Amino acid sequence: MGHYVPHTDDEIAAMLADIGLSSLDELFDVVPAALRLAGGLNLAQGVSEPDVIAEMERLADRNRVGADLVCFAGAGAYDHEVPSATRRLTMRTEFVTAYTPYQPEVAQGVLQALFEYQTMVGRLSGLAVANASLYDGASAMVEAVNLAAAATRRATVWVSGGVHPHWRATLATFAAGTGHQVVDVPLRDGVTDWAAVPDGEAPGAIVVANPNYLGVIEDLGPARAAADRHHALLLGGFDPVSAGLLRSPGDDGADVAFGEGQPFGTPLSLGGPYLGLFACRLEHVRRLPGRLVGRTVDVESRAAYVTTLRAREQDIRREKASSNVCTNQTLIAVAAMIQLSWLGTGGLRELALRCARGTRYTREALLSIPGVSPFTRGAVLREFAVHVPIDPVVAVDRMAEEGFLAGVPVGLHAGVTVGPGDEAGERGLLVAVTERRTKAEIDAYAAALEKVVR
Amino acid sequence: MTDSIRATAGAPQHGSMDGTRLGDVTGAQGHRPAPAGRATSIPMIGRDSEPTIFEMSSPGRHAHSFRTTGLPEWAAEDLVPSEHLRAAPLALTEVSERDLVAHVTRLTHRQYSVDLGAYPLGSCTMKYNPKLCDDVAALPGLTGSHPAAPASCTQGWMEMLCDLSDTLCEVTGMHAATLQPPAGAAGELTGLLLMRAFHSANGSTRTKVIIPDSAHGTNPASVTLGGYQTVTVPSDDRGLVDIDALRARLDTDVAGIMLTNPNTLGLFEEDIAEIAAAVHEIGGLLYYDGANLNAILGVTRPGDMGFDIVHMNLHKTFAVPHGGGGPGAGPVAVSERLAQYLPGPVPCREADGSFSWRTPEHSIGRVHSWHGNALALARAWSYIVANGGDGLRRVAEGAVLNANWLRHALRGAYDLPYDRPNMHEFVASTASLKKDKGLRAIDVGKRLLEEGFHAPTVYFPLIVDEALMIEPTETESPQTLAALADALIDIAAGTEEAWKAAPRTTPVGRVDEARAARTLVPTWDARDGFS
Repeated sequence: MGHYVPHTDDEIAAMLADIGLSSLDELFDVVPAALRLAGGLNLAQGVSEPDVIAEMERLADRNRVGADLVCFAGAGAYDHEVPSATRRLTMRTEFVTAYTPYQPEVAQGVLQALFEYQTMVGRLSGLAVANASLYDGASAMVEAVNLAAAATRRATVWVSGGVHPHWRATLATFAAGTGHQVVDVPLRDGVTDWAAVPDGEAPGAIVVANPNYLGVIEDLGPARAAADRHHALLLGGFDPVSAGLLRSPGDDGADVAFGEGQPFGTPLSLGGPYLGLFACRLEHVRRLPGRLVGRTVDVESRAAYVTTLRAREQDIRREKASSNVCTNQTLIAVAAMIQLSWLGTGGLRELALRCARGTRYTREALLSIPGVSPFTRGAVLREFAVHVPIDPVVAVDRMAEEGFLAGVPVGLHAGVTVGPGDEAGERGLLVAVTERRTKAEIDAYAAALEKVVR
Repeated sequence: MTDSIRATAGAPQHGSMDGTRLGDVTGAQGHRPAPAGRATSIPMIGRDSEPTIFEMSSPGRHAHSFRTTGLPEWAAEDLVPSEHLRAAPLALTEVSERDLVAHVTRLTHRQYSVDLGAYPLGSCTMKYNPKLCDDVAALPGLTGSHPAAPASCTQGWMEMLCDLSDTLCEVTGMHAATLQPPAGAAGELTGLLLMRAFHSANGSTRTKVIIPDSAHGTNPASVTLGGYQTVTVPSDDRGLVDIDALRARLDTDVAGIMLTNPNTLGLFEEDIAEIAAAVHEIGGLLYYDGANLNAILGVTRPGDMGFDIVHMNLHKTFAVPHGGGGPGAGPVAVSERLAQYLPGPVPCREADGSFSWRTPEHSIGRVHSWHGNALALARAWSYIVANGGDGLRRVAEGAVLNANWLRHALRGAYDLPYDRPNMHEFVASTASLKKDKGLRAIDVGKRLLEEGFHAPTVYFPLIVDEALMIEPTETESPQTLAALADALIDIAAGTEEAWKAAPRTTPVGRVDEARAARTLVPTWDARDGFS
């Protein structure tokens, strides 16, 4: 169809004449004949826009969402409210259809929004410098490890078994290229047992998540002590919603903080695009991955914003760069800035508090079901795991028939958290409760779970 | 200068302001043709600086409101042990929704975008992003899916991802794909790790990856992160890979080569079949950087050229909007012998017509927290369905036609170091103009902003002095192109005074980048600066 190529036939003929050609095919004379696709692509013909929408609605209707599948799943992807103001402002096409701000004179909108975002991430993390976003929580953790390995010139990384299994899996994938040696540190009673690390090379990085994957609040003190002992950097994973109540990783001694920013203004969306939060101490700014916006002035001494310390980045350092990040998640960062402004100082605390209240209420309701027991000890805030008397994967499937996304099946293998498909000595159900869940929904959920696990 | 297109462009139905034909160059404000039919912006509003959201804060004010839940209102101290609680609320800002909306809207007035005008950034493929795709990405049935939901609850998503994956394989001539990589650079690194897994499974410990001197900066950075050493191969007088120099670098330590075809000069690597044979002969693999895939849609395919691994930038070729720098999507497709190493899980179509997640037998593992930038994938899929196979070929034709026409139009005004048939983009230079009159590539970019266009990519590729890398894309009309050509010609004929003063009509003038780096102000809290 070619809906979006505006040229008329007459215009094409005139343009071809201007460049001395007589057909569009001649444009491709530089492609050797043997390589040219003879019959064209084996794809359907284009269709009209209403037909596209109809097809996409057909696909969308095959997914079960919203009131049809009330969400009690989390595991790094949370069903928070996205208010109208955030939704509408994030759809502004000046943000949506802009490129990376290479020309700051015509990109002050995106640059200032990112500057405000960086300020907010700095405050959430309790660290001096935040970048303009990475792809997701996993990539933020991988980049944190790369920074620490470069700063300490050591390849060994201790990673808490309470870090998200998908994030640890991503780290393992990229370690095949960087050569990092990842040592998993087991959980005991739901929190990382730093005394259980086997003997070996001294680590350059120590990675912990708070709250951890099982929802348990971790004390960063022992991890910081281990980092001090080995002159390693402490990389603190954090949930930015919980930060409304909990101390920030920077307050507890983290050198680098990383996290998943999806809870602020981004819908679940099958897991992407999400938002990698990344912040570090000032002393590491020259190794900061990705883009960084700085405030400066223009020729008339007016406040202006620009991407800065560009010499860190891949297009300048090329093979000497410690990160290859170019395209990031700017629009999602802008959404987070808007959402955090909409929440405001009081609203962020209120959000965390409401999640904690719903979590307390739900946990008590589930633990009153015969056969359901705690998976961990230790305080939780917005998420918790329980043992259920049947296979948690089966429980989730049965609960879907009852209209609930019951949670995410979780396992522990040698003290390390794993996903439902992995070998595990112990299995449970990870349940998250956001500010959107009402008492009526939670009561119905608990009643349904009692029925399906009986 | 040729002018037959200008005659077409100046036809009366386009209604120019004062009878001046579209494309005529007068240089004077008020004598420019009316903007109808072409995509250029008037000087932007938003000249007043905007305070930060933190300066707008008034204690006690707020925008938020929460759902009524009926839950007990326990206090924080009753829910979280006191040793974990922060001492005081974390300060963000305190503004009303009305003030927040005004602030952000004013910021948008200080921002250029494709929806405002043409964006001829070379290698970035800043084509028009159909509004249709925005509506698709907002469908509640797509935005509401939790990524860990059982497959039975996400069948629509999985059907779409399977179809998209199959289609990307058809477009690239590949066998299987992963949709996980969230950006082009992530796709590159994924591809290099696939290369590593392939060699390692074959018992080979190769150490080097070859890239041309015209390559994107992400290529060498990805090579390093993939655990390889970069070996650079020079370009020859044609602007293509110097094949003799390449042969001299090929040995059994070479894991593979990364190529962009057409390359960053906009030139098709005509010797690609010979290059592929030579690299395969020493047991190496060919990696295709899909940044410039727009030029060859439906014309030729990386798989047919001999490539083994391909990444695509859906935010370039398939009209996913760039979002001010992201999110993008960088799927990777591979030939049959590499399929077993792809990241998992991948969506699969089962014999009964249902869809499930499966992880390839020798998968390198995950490269994303979940399944990639899914909403970006949905946008790309709706764009592909709208275009169809016929429309995608038309995209390539339009892109290549526009770029060649613009190159012709600039003859005589700028240096054209490789003045031969190009694909979707070309590289001009101000090297002579700099020598004669002091005009630098950056000045052209800044002056163009005053004319209502975005600047081209400047100072890249590195092998061209004072480079202006220009990619008009297929969605700009001949009228827009003519106006862009006129603006560029006008700029070259201008004075040093005007060049150095530019841009004067933008929200801010030239920005002091040196100061930004010298006295770092990365947050409002550091507004006095770190130095």
